[in-house]
Amino acid sequence: MVGNKAKAQQAISNRTLFSVISASSVGTLIEWYDFYIFGSLAAILSSQFFPKDNPTAALLSTLATFAAGFVVRPFGALVFGRLGDLVGRKYTFLVTLVLMGGSTFAIGLVPGYATIGFWAPLLVLLLRLIQGLALGGEYGGAATYVAEYAPEGRRGYYTSFIQTTATLGLFVSLGVILITRESLGVDAFADWGWRVPFILSILLVGVSIIIRMRMAESPLFSKLKTEGKISKNPLAESFGKKQNLKVVLLALFGATAGQGVIWYTGQFYALSFIQKACNIEFVQSNSIVAVALLAATPFFVIFGGLSDRIGRKPIMLAGMLLGILTYRPIYEKMYNLADLTTKQEFSDARTINRKLTKQPNGDLLMTVTTAHFYADGLVAKDIERTVTPNATPNSPAKPERTKAITLPSASFWLMTVLIFLQVLYVTMVYGPIAAFLVELFPTRIRYTSMSLPYHIGNGIFGGLTPFIATALVATATKANELTPGSVDKPYLEGLWYPILVAGVCFVIGVLYLNNKSESANE
Amino acid sequence: MNALKKYLGVVWILLGIYVGYDQITDSLAKITSDKLEDRVFGWVILCVLIPIVVGGLLLFGKYALDGEYDSNERKNE
Repeated sequence: MVGNKAKAQQAISNRTLFSVISASSVGTLIEWYDFYIFGSLAAILSSQFFPKDNPTAALLSTLATFAAGFVVRPFGALVFGRLGDLVGRKYTFLVTLVLMGGSTFAIGLVPGYATIGFWAPLLVLLLRLIQGLALGGEYGGAATYVAEYAPEGRRGYYTSFIQTTATLGLFVSLGVILITRESLGVDAFADWGWRVPFILSILLVGVSIIIRMRMAESPLFSKLKTEGKISKNPLAESFGKKQNLKVVLLALFGATAGQGVIWYTGQFYALSFIQKACNIEFVQSNSIVAVALLAATPFFVIFGGLSDRIGRKPIMLAGMLLGILTYRPIYEKMYNLADLTTKQEFSDARTINRKLTKQPNGDLLMTVTTAHFYADGLVAKDIERTVTPNATPNSPAKPERTKAITLPSASFWLMTVLIFLQVLYVTMVYGPIAAFLVELFPTRIRYTSMSLPYHIGNGIFGGLTPFIATALVATATKANELTPGSVDKPYLEGLWYPILVAGVCFVIGVLYLNNKSESANE
Repeated sequence: MNALKKYLGVVWILLGIYVGYDQITDSLAKITSDKLEDRVFGWVILCVLIPIVVGGLLLFGKYALDGEYDSNERKNE
């Protein structure tokens, strides 16, 4: 039986295999692209759809950012995982692609709050929920589909191509946003240009649908279907039976929770940290992350392939351990690179630039930019924006102050290396995980069983990382304000969340995880 | 190794109880905050993260105590 299966798999040509990988990867890449552009453009979208002076709109704004970002993903995993085990992998993740692409395209067309009022935030929230659900179903389908085509002993290598898609999706979304912003100008981009990345996604989705339509169903699922062995109730079988539930829990606490926090720390919290704690200017901070992502992306495949030889467990756990041990020194170094208190300023070189512009609603915007130049080549700009309402000239002006730091070349590259290291840890924990999860569960309930721990680990444990880390920093900063010096380096306090979650996951992984696949392709 | 896995089951159960106590206290404080973001965050922690972490760790600890993750037992599955 096993011999026949191996022969059948060997018969699948490399060409077919790479078509399968392309179809799965392109779709997943687009889904991540769709998902990231909302996050990257959150500030602009918030002003377009969610005015802060309306409490209901503000609530919808917060829910749209929170809920669809990670909370609904496990529900998508349940809904689409069940469908995938009942109907098949191919059609299920075709549906998730259409839902994701369609809702992203639609967000680009929704009129702003100024045009349709309360409907604008409500529609955006609904579309975000659809995005989150679709994302919850997509990954499990793509990973399962590729894994079930992949030959024995090469599953880690082939599925690792899917693992590159989240990073590439983020990379492409940053690229499209930066190119659109640069070509249209900052004002036009904030006014209407932000719609371009959303609308563009429909072209990519169309291409991906055509590619996916041409693919056949997974050979292992087809075989089960022919034999009449598909699960009648994959949800009950996955989570109602102790034999499977205990593996789901092991996958969550021994792998995906740690993997989720390492991933979100390396790719999301790092960007947020250099923008908010280090005040690095928008284009430079995105460029740093983009270069680091691009340089580290091949390592997904390298570690995925390596996991076929030495096992998934040592690589994933090594990635977690490296994060646990080095996050604090890495973030301290990142902070120091932009810490103005340790740098010598050329006071005589300071320049002040004033600009008065009339805004579309008639208000007057006064922007005062003071540029400070430092001995190491760093430039820090203090930007003060004061809006004077034109309609009511006597009302008080509201100044808003921001800082934008541009690092010199040497610091830029050092910062890039520090982010690269973090993304390298991501490739270690994330590269082998698709093969690891697929191998834990039998074919008949694989889509359902692997999707839930993956999305709880990534969506809930990982997705909460930026919020919990930011909350920890805020608490430490407040404590320092009340009792100066009570917390040493409050900007590093946010790292305790990923360090502790990854620490628990590392211990459970070391003790309880088996290095060899358990269910494989039965 | 099996004995260690078993005894650590108690640790996972205690960890689940501690995280539950700590986070329920914290999220209840956030729910009563003036800031909308804090309130939503508090509800997410209370309704989503706590049940998963507490329920999951308690069940994982129980299975570990029952010897469900013992090496020999797993091979026989």
